[in-house]
Amino acid sequence: MAFSKKERSLHPLISYRTRRAIAPYLYQAPTIILLTVLMLYPIIVVVRYSLMDNVIMNKHPAFVGFQNYVAVLSDATFRASVGNTLYFTVMSVIFHLIVGLAFAMLLNAKVVKPLVRSVLRVLYIMPWVFTATIIAIIWRLLLNPSGVVNYMLQSMGIIGENIEWFSSSAAAIHALTFVNIWAGYPFYMVSLLAGLQGIPSDLYEAAVIDGASEFQKFRHITIPQLSPIIISIAMLDFIWTMQVFSLVWMTTGGGPIHATEVLGTYTYKLAFSTYQFSMASASAVIILVLSMSVAFFYVRHQKARD
Amino acid sequence: MARTIKGTKLIIRIVTYAGLAIGLGYACFPVLWMFCCSIKSNTEIFALPPKLLPKAFTLNAYHSIFADPTKIRFFLNSYLVATVVTLLTLFVAILSGYSFSRHSFRLKKPLNLFIISTQTVPPITLLIPYFGLVVMFKLYNTYFALILTYMVFTLPYAILMMTGYFNTLPKELDEAVEVDGGSNFFALRRVLVPISVPGIVATGVYTFLLAWNEFIFALTLTKTTEMRTVPIGIQQLMGQHAYEWNEMMAMSILGSLPILLLYLIAQRYFLAGMTAGSVKA
Repeated sequence: MAFSKKERSLHPLISYRTRRAIAPYLYQAPTIILLTVLMLYPIIVVVRYSLMDNVIMNKHPAFVGFQNYVAVLSDATFRASVGNTLYFTVMSVIFHLIVGLAFAMLLNAKVVKPLVRSVLRVLYIMPWVFTATIIAIIWRLLLNPSGVVNYMLQSMGIIGENIEWFSSSAAAIHALTFVNIWAGYPFYMVSLLAGLQGIPSDLYEAAVIDGASEFQKFRHITIPQLSPIIISIAMLDFIWTMQVFSLVWMTTGGGPIHATEVLGTYTYKLAFSTYQFSMASASAVIILVLSMSVAFFYVRHQKARD
Repeated sequence: MARTIKGTKLIIRIVTYAGLAIGLGYACFPVLWMFCCSIKSNTEIFALPPKLLPKAFTLNAYHSIFADPTKIRFFLNSYLVATVVTLLTLFVAILSGYSFSRHSFRLKKPLNLFIISTQTVPPITLLIPYFGLVVMFKLYNTYFALILTYMVFTLPYAILMMTGYFNTLPKELDEAVEVDGGSNFFALRRVLVPISVPGIVATGVYTFLLAWNEFIFALTLTKTTEMRTVPIGIQQLMGQHAYEWNEMMAMSILGSLPILLLYLIAQRYFLAGMTAGSVKA
């Protein structure tokens, strides 16, 4: 322990009060150093990159101002990615909430026996433990044109012929969103289940005495009681989903012909497929600014909850 | 009247259990299908009509993975990186969490706010400068690059979790040690750490999960096959042997096994991690 030794050797020189004052910073030093090196400095670097002409590839890059931003913002593919990202994110957040809340309420229902509840809870969280690569591979198998989903839909008469879920430009973005809903709802379910269990039961008892229906109880007790949790997880989910990369990269790769291009894959391709690091940096800074503007409200909401 | 109440209750029961059953299918069928395909022969996977259980049970897919040193290497890499990341993260997070929980200092609030907001910084934004810096410092394609960069997303979580855990322990404990003449650090090491084992395990398990599942940094900051981690290995398998579905499924099962086991054994701890980010810090 480097700094405990240091603390001891400073002992005779520095008063007790000063040691008390600097002790917290000694404990926080590794964190502060790591986050400066891994977070603050890289952000400065990426902003600087975005204002130069092609960095990394070019040994002596020159300052070009906002040229890269202009190039990115006027790129049709970038605008398509913004649209796709927005659709993917908004739909994911809405359905994560619906599915997560439905599961949480089912698990929390009084008629469910405690053992059934705890076993099902373990199983319902399952999709969440898998990494994006594995989620992608499972669904590529299930949604394969000759796969089991097409077979089931056909035998139920819902679709006439096999659908190429990930390779038709009409279906791909919806298939991708569907998969992401499956992969992400447990986060809501767990948080909302904890929230439901925290609602005082006398609220419901009072409502029953007043003759409230199940829907009225849901509308006037459950939702208002859960809303601080809902707002905070939905904002966090919005920020994270907006940054999606792995799932898209592993299923459609942004294709067919940019039909599922999202900001993450667009930026990644600029950097690591076409080596336009400066343009990629500009795009990465735009994603950062978008994330931070949602994060601003998130952090403010979290502070208000304290 | 009594009969209708009974009737409503029965309906509620039926609807609830029907909902739970549908939910079970939705959540688990894909996972079950993956597992069943890993013990089928490759020709049986797209056989019509599709059957969940194989006609001829086979472990060939698993055999061929264990026989291939390249694939074993993916696992070794993942274990190594995730373990080192977990240990380092825990060390830093215990110090920081202890200080957040027990000290008051001027930069406490801003620092805490900064840690919460780092959770929202997009990995892709950091990836480009990381790549530039990693190449510049000749760390490209090394374990060190992965271990260091993984800490940017494990550390904020771990600090929030450890702070939360230390907050649940009474302050009198460490104050008693200090009255007895022990130092601050002594109180942490000899008193708080031993009784915080559940919190440390929860944080460790969650950190391991984050590190094991990481994709984009491993994809970009390593290059050679012998440096790849499990998620990237699976992706490569998907590219090279796109038609050997049973082997891909077996690889996916093996790739999620450590996490699945940790999850089943310590699911309580997982829940702590899942909610750590969204609950107030």
